[in-house]
Amino acid sequence: MHSKTSSYVGLLYVAPALAFVLTFTVYPFAQMVWMSLHNWSLIAPKKYIGFGNFVKAWNDPQVWTSLEFTLKYTLFITPILMILGYLIALLTAENRPLRQFTRSVVFAPVVIGLGASSLLWYWLFSYDFGLINRALIDLGLIARPVVWFGADADISMWAVIASIVWKVVGFGTILFVAAIHAIPGEIGEAAMVDGASYWQRVRAITLPLTAKTILLVTLVSVIGSLLAFDQFYIMTAGQPRNLTATSVFLIYLNSFPYLKLGYGAALSLILAGIILVCTFLQMLLSRRSHA
Amino acid sequence: MSAFGEAAGQGMSRTSAQHRAQAGLVGRLINGRQKYLAAAVCVAVCTVMLLPLVASVLASLKSTEEAAAAPPTYIPHGLSLDSYERLWNYQAGLPVYFSNSLGAAALTILFCLALTIPAGYGLAKFRIPAKEALFVVLLLGLIVPYQALLTPLFFLFVQLKLHNSLVGLAIVHTAIQLPFSIYVMRNAFEAVPRELEEAAIMDGCNSFQVLVHICLPAVVPAMITVSLFAFITSWNELLAALVIMNKDSSFTLPLILAAARQQTSIGGTDWGMLQAGITISIIPCMAFYLLLQKYYMAGFLSGAVK
Repeated sequence: MHSKTSSYVGLLYVAPALAFVLTFTVYPFAQMVWMSLHNWSLIAPKKYIGFGNFVKAWNDPQVWTSLEFTLKYTLFITPILMILGYLIALLTAENRPLRQFTRSVVFAPVVIGLGASSLLWYWLFSYDFGLINRALIDLGLIARPVVWFGADADISMWAVIASIVWKVVGFGTILFVAAIHAIPGEIGEAAMVDGASYWQRVRAITLPLTAKTILLVTLVSVIGSLLAFDQFYIMTAGQPRNLTATSVFLIYLNSFPYLKLGYGAALSLILAGIILVCTFLQMLLSRRSHA
Repeated sequence: MSAFGEAAGQGMSRTSAQHRAQAGLVGRLINGRQKYLAAAVCVAVCTVMLLPLVASVLASLKSTEEAAAAPPTYIPHGLSLDSYERLWNYQAGLPVYFSNSLGAAALTILFCLALTIPAGYGLAKFRIPAKEALFVVLLLGLIVPYQALLTPLFFLFVQLKLHNSLVGLAIVHTAIQLPFSIYVMRNAFEAVPRELEEAAIMDGCNSFQVLVHICLPAVVPAMITVSLFAFITSWNELLAALVIMNKDSSFTLPLILAAARQQTSIGGTDWGMLQAGITISIIPCMAFYLLLQKYYMAGFLSGAVK
């Protein structure tokens, strides 16, 4: 490992992974750029159209509807996830049996599939067969069952948000708890001696000292929400009138059922650009936290 | 002036001492009450989080008629395995879908380990020109979301005849997991003490023997972490499967469940069967998570926020 040949030996070990990334990430990316410049379907011969697909996307009202809906969903769900996740982290940060148990329970839905959890909530929210309508009626909160999915885009979105909060709130909680544990104990004790109340300590110590984690989790969750697909595919199927078809959903619709691969590639490229900005911010932040 | 100042100072210190004592007393009272309040909130949170899962499992055990009842019953009147029986025989049959999911997950684990063990070793233990640039290329999957790459990948797989094949699906799942896995593996190899390898080299081992005999036993925890995450990703993934697998008999569990929701919804959704499917697809994830929680958390905390 000290000899001059060792750099080639090292390269040899890395080569398989490198070849894999080149074949299944870099090459498809290049191909996507190429496809986006063509009128490309599996059936008809491809035709070069320059930026035609991008012009088409700009003038396609469904692209704007999807983008707007995806952003709206992201904008509403992110603060809920962060605040709820943080409150549960504060609640369960102490290493005592009940708190640790609660932490594990809150995290459990993170490991199950988004498809499975979406189907589960699709049933819970079902009009006649769902337990949520039944329970709300039994509690006297509503007189008649609510049509959660398919009729109103906003009601559908809130039902999806409820299911996703249940599914992923534990993701933030666990990372927040780890960040809270990393705060040196003396700082909190000093504040306690000074007579600071619990919420004063949270505001003056815990929040600022975990700010980096909060930002990182926010970015991860923004990226996740911008790429939302499973939950809408299963719960709303894009209905009503494709008003709840997210950006990834639209790419899927164009590329696969419709087989407009060129147009799908152009939409993918636009989405990749939006995600890139978020990822760049995330890497900038995590690099600084490692230093 | 000075006397006044002194008195004022004393007064100040007395009030602050009183204040502190008071805060301590009140604080203790509140703390006592808060402890019960916090415990109650913990119980409430656990209930809210567990209820949907319990409801789903219970619904999967309802009889055929009860599962189709509107409004639904909260707790089954009697237990039956009807829903599981219908799921077992649904379309190509549960065994086919279950083994497809298992096969894709096993291949994903295999690919991830086969690629990232040598890559992690190479990155951690060798001087490679432009190593950090290479590392960035290997982590490209973090920058380009796979959701955006599915259109060209689908086209590539059609050419390579990898669509409708578990190998093709596992390749996409591996591409999703690769950045995380390389990151974990590189860190694990970097933690292996150099003296051990040097001793082995003195004994005449080549680099491959060092990898197999010295380093590999030391990175077993990282291998478990990588495998666990590869399993969970592959087992649960829906979109790539939807794109690549379009033959009924090649469906994975999430796919057949999503399809069953649509197919049966025309003639009335078979809710009991869906809940049975959800229960079956949740069990392996939960089991691995509970059994390997230590490895899961290690990987999660080191790599989730990269």
